[in-house]
Amino acid sequence: MLGGTRARTLGGAALALAVLGSALLATGCGGGAGGSGAGVVRASWGDPQSPLEPANTNEVQGGKVLDMIFRGLKRYDPKTGAAQDMLAEKIDSADQQNFTITVKDGWTFGNGEKVTAKSFVDAWNYAALVDNKQKNASFFQDVDGYDKVHPAKGAATAKTLSGLVVKDERTFTVRLRTKFSTWPDTLGYAAYSPLPRAFFDDHQGWLKRPVGNGPYMVDSYTKGSSMKLSRWDGYPGDDKARNSGVELRVYTDNNTAYTDLQAGNLDLVDDIPSAQLKNVKNDLGDRYINQPAGIIQTVVFPMYDEAWSKPGMEKVRRGLSMAINREQITEQIYQKTRTPATDWTSPVLGDQGGYKAGLCGGACTYDPGEAKRLIQEGGGLPGGKVTITSNVDTGSHRLWMDAVCNSINNALGNDGACTVNPVGTFADFRNQVADQRMTSLFRSGWQMDYPLVQNFLQPLYYTNASSNYGKFSDPQFDRLVDEANAESDTGKAVGTFQDAEKILAAQMPAVPLWYQNGSAGYSENLVDVQLNAFSVPVYDRIQVK
Amino acid sequence: MGRYVIRRLLQMIPVFIGSTFLIFFMVYALGDPVAALFGDKAPDPATAARIRKDLYLDAPLWKQYLHYMGQILTGNFGTAFNGQEVIDLMADAFPVTLRLTLVAVLFEIVVGITLGLLSGLRRGRAVDTTVLLLTLVVVSIPTFVSGYVLQYLFGVKWGAVSPSVSPAAPLDELLLPGVVLGLVSLAYVTRLTRTSLAENSRADYLRTAVAKGLPRHRVVTRHLLRNSLIPVVTFIGTDVGALMGGAIVTERIFNIHGVGFQLYQGVLRQNSPTVVGFVTILVIVFLLANLLVDLLYAVLDPRIRYA
Repeated sequence: MLGGTRARTLGGAALALAVLGSALLATGCGGGAGGSGAGVVRASWGDPQSPLEPANTNEVQGGKVLDMIFRGLKRYDPKTGAAQDMLAEKIDSADQQNFTITVKDGWTFGNGEKVTAKSFVDAWNYAALVDNKQKNASFFQDVDGYDKVHPAKGAATAKTLSGLVVKDERTFTVRLRTKFSTWPDTLGYAAYSPLPRAFFDDHQGWLKRPVGNGPYMVDSYTKGSSMKLSRWDGYPGDDKARNSGVELRVYTDNNTAYTDLQAGNLDLVDDIPSAQLKNVKNDLGDRYINQPAGIIQTVVFPMYDEAWSKPGMEKVRRGLSMAINREQITEQIYQKTRTPATDWTSPVLGDQGGYKAGLCGGACTYDPGEAKRLIQEGGGLPGGKVTITSNVDTGSHRLWMDAVCNSINNALGNDGACTVNPVGTFADFRNQVADQRMTSLFRSGWQMDYPLVQNFLQPLYYTNASSNYGKFSDPQFDRLVDEANAESDTGKAVGTFQDAEKILAAQMPAVPLWYQNGSAGYSENLVDVQLNAFSVPVYDRIQVK
Repeated sequence: MGRYVIRRLLQMIPVFIGSTFLIFFMVYALGDPVAALFGDKAPDPATAARIRKDLYLDAPLWKQYLHYMGQILTGNFGTAFNGQEVIDLMADAFPVTLRLTLVAVLFEIVVGITLGLLSGLRRGRAVDTTVLLLTLVVVSIPTFVSGYVLQYLFGVKWGAVSPSVSPAAPLDELLLPGVVLGLVSLAYVTRLTRTSLAENSRADYLRTAVAKGLPRHRVVTRHLLRNSLIPVVTFIGTDVGALMGGAIVTERIFNIHGVGFQLYQGVLRQNSPTVVGFVTILVIVFLLANLLVDLLYAVLDPRIRYA
């Protein structure tokens, strides 16, 4: 055996390591991992980007939770996506600008507090006030007085929106800046959720364990790893949860979530990794869901650049659109989890809601000969070539960018006509786009906030609209959108929006590529799994065997 | 010895300042993180400006750095975008990764040195050739391949272990990920041990030991192995730091919420407090591991002295 003092030091070090190890082991065992209770849905989750506040959550992962713990004035039907009254008893308006909202009786928050008109008005005022730095504040920009509580520069000159007035316990009125006939239908968005007093009185405490008025209550929330929700038995709505709870587990990699589903460790994944799309039907059979979601991918032209916006260039823009073989790309790269786009909206809107297949016409149909002719007629590509820019850190963007460029190059018979410009991170890409540094085509994805044709057109193509990155501007388009917003008859309004969309087909400021589907898979433990129009699982309907 | 340790600790200060500044500069150079917080929507200028002011992003770089260092000295590592204190993130992540590294290093030491000893003592024979071949195979397979394959075999096909690690990450669940993480280093440890043994087996002192008639196991453990372990210990020491930082791939595959996961999220969201904070701690771990290696030299070989 080893002897001497030095050897003892070695032994001591090993002992210290062992003690350290067991100490680490002991601290790690607090969570009580593994066995979930019966009737609980174990679902995959991503780490939400921000603290979970209704007006501060603008991405899907946080949105999932809000959808479980909150109910607003309206709710979008999980199947059709149509806006239906939830907490709203009625929303009246005589002029499409002043609305009177009556809140249903008998609703409470999970902590017993009544949901009143004030619960909404307080929440909305909080969301709009610039001091609270809520990322969804702009959803309240249509309400009168927004420029006072949320000035573009400087401090707020008012704490509350002048357009919101509480009339009595169950009634409040809203005055908008301009006419907006479909405004009530936007109220299903999570940013319009009511908030209990606890939110304002103990904000930090509320963020640790949010309290809402939906069918689920948050039991525990460990940031970055998991959230446990259980059914709220006192929930007054008719969409009570049909399972006893949901356990959301954060996965850093959707491949691991899929592996866990196969191993029986997980019941539901709502993002099938692209590498598995080929096997998923064999693996899961009819427990694989692939259905349209309210997402469209486009490539946008920088219309602020003279080279792209001068007269005649509309032919080049249309020509480029015709040079893209959408059918082939969606089939080969995406295994039909994308559908070639033929308008600028999404199939989830339905025909009545404003989706119109084929509205784009020939301009969105692959025709290499015509594409080449149009581009030559329009004066050719600016500088003889184009690039496509996108971030490549997520969404396998690199793959389709290469494919689209190949398609364009083949159509034009020129290997150097189109090249890709990959940007490392989403943040960097967003910055370049926001700073108008793009000089050629760039990707733009749009996930709807609410299932309205307005949401697919106005924020993106109206002059100086919030997400109009290409700075497209067309007076006639603007006029038609204004007209549609002022129209009280929904059918007529949709028709007018589609007239506006036809201008996009002629001008082609953005090339529609494909509609994105939601894809999900689930274990044999579950029945009644479906995705809503936002490609989020409808958790409350899921039953556990 | 004591003065040597103090001198080494003092040397860490400039290294620490220099490395944090470099990391800070690199994360800063990635650009403004605020725009990405708004997703596909254009950021609302007033809200974005407030968030920037809150995160101290509206100041010039040197001011941001001084502000950050000032905060660190008071034990405040800033706040991640999701409202969590970075220090809390560290308290959650570092023990997990430390456990994972511990498994990997123990695996490396035990299996690596044993294999190296076996093949080193039987040079040129079947055992030696097999070990050399095996380590060659292991070195040439990237971690993400071995990770996914072993995860599929053990986790899905045979159902022996859970394919993903629960948030608490107890040691038994970390065995497989630890082996995956330590696999490549294991091959290096094996080969280093073997070569070092081969070299020292021809040394004078060993011939003396054999000539004295010492029993074989005493010759091997006390004279041959102990002297041959110096390069191996150097490697393992530096490897501790490398493993902690390099766990990013393994942690992703097995869904371990450790340092790698937080770093990945931090880089993806360009969250400088997270990235700089975590890397700063990693730098310290690296420096301490190196110090420990240097101190271990004295234990292994008394001829190495410190002034």
